Amino acid sequence: MQASYREISRDGLWRNNVGLVQLLGLCPLLAVSNSLTNGLALGLATTMVLVGSSTVISMIQSWVPREIRIPVFVLVIASLVTAVDLAMNAWFHQLYRVLGIFIPLIVTNCAIIGRAEAFASRNPVPAAAVDGLMMGLGFTAVLLVLGAAREIIGQGTLLDQAHTLFGPMARDWTLQFGADRHGLLIALLPPGAFIGLGLMIAAKNVIDARLARRATKPANALPVATPS
Amino acid sequence: MSSNSPGPIWKHSARAGVLLAAFALAGGSLLALTYSSTRERIAQNEREFTLSSLNQIVDEHRYDNDLFSDLLMVHDRELLGSKKPVEVYRARMQGKPVAAIIASTAPDGYNGSIHLLVGVNIDGGLAGVRVTSHRETPGLGDGIEIDRSDWILDFNGRSLGQPNLDRWQVQRDGGEFDQFTGATITPRAVVKAVKNTLLYFAAHKDELFSVTVEQPGNQDHASKLPRN
Repeated sequence: MQASYREISRDGLWRNNVGLVQLLGLCPLLAVSNSLTNGLALGLATTMVLVGSSTVISMIQSWVPREIRIPVFVLVIASLVTAVDLAMNAWFHQLYRVLGIFIPLIVTNCAIIGRAEAFASRNPVPAAAVDGLMMGLGFTAVLLVLGAAREIIGQGTLLDQAHTLFGPMARDWTLQFGADRHGLLIALLPPGAFIGLGLMIAAKNVIDARLARRATKPANALPVATPS
Repeated sequence: MSSNSPGPIWKHSARAGVLLAAFALAGGSLLALTYSSTRERIAQNEREFTLSSLNQIVDEHRYDNDLFSDLLMVHDRELLGSKKPVEVYRARMQGKPVAAIIASTAPDGYNGSIHLLVGVNIDGGLAGVRVTSHRETPGLGDGIEIDRSDWILDFNGRSLGQPNLDRWQVQRDGGEFDQFTGATITPRAVVKAVKNTLLYFAAHKDELFSVTVEQPGNQDHASKLPRN
């Protein structure tokens, strides 16, 4: 019944990806993915909360009666998010100003309570922690790709405002494509987020279909390739 | 369920309630702990952030007082654009007034209010203007940010006579100030708010610097200045 870590990782990063397959947590995903730096920051914060909440919920699963499990999950997640919110305000203040409302809104990311209910509350602690980590990293990866694409197309830069995350030394990390900071504005606006995510989901389906075809081909090809 | 006696059900609910309370207590303690260990750092961050914005407008060599303890709150909905009292930071050198930085608001931005810091030198000339927060369209209206364009620097050194009052408008309305390609409403709102702040300063200059603050740090001085 217990899933292997390899399976858990594959689920989180690709097969059951929060952003591309489960389509949970779309509100922060679409709103914050307008630059690589913002995407990375929200991804890491969400991953931190996911690992924390999955670990805690797995630890307490045997004490919590079924009928109050949802309020308990909500309590655990809300406390963790508020703690992360305060910590970011204290130690990454500039970034906190950029991400603003989206840190507290991690609470409403359905992916987190979804993993708590579907996985963490019925698996041992190490498996739950790894699941939280992998789901978080899968979400982060989607944010990174979408953020980078939107930033390049919409603004012609990459890693703009990186110093809000990495400190003053990152001020000149910004890569600029083209002479001025102009691009296709639509990529930065909300429709750009929807279009970008749609294209990513389509690309994932294409890749999956290719992989599936390649996996079945050798079996079919075998009799042809070895004439008797 | 009807076969159950009321006793065990009652007991069961009570147990669940106690558990829920215990979790709420644990979550509350975590938050209290995080809050108390980050509170000072967060307050310090806020002050540093505000101070660095203020110093961009009035250089720190030009004054020698503590801007935060010489803080005045004033109220003028017409000219300062806010229903609530707004901050006036007063810069003095050896007790003599140097400049006032007024946190005024442009209430008629394209997407809601634009919050500004308007620095006015004692001679009525503008020391500088900065946008502290706004929700204008990215790529169009956000040229008012110092990080995105130099537009806001055009205010430096201007005053009520330079240009004349009827030229304190964007070019499209027959004034002196540039608008952005595709965005007139945002610069129009900012120009109007800066003009109004200058008008306010001209009308209240003496009071602004003569009102003293008895308790440093106490922000409740709104009643000391006549309300308009």
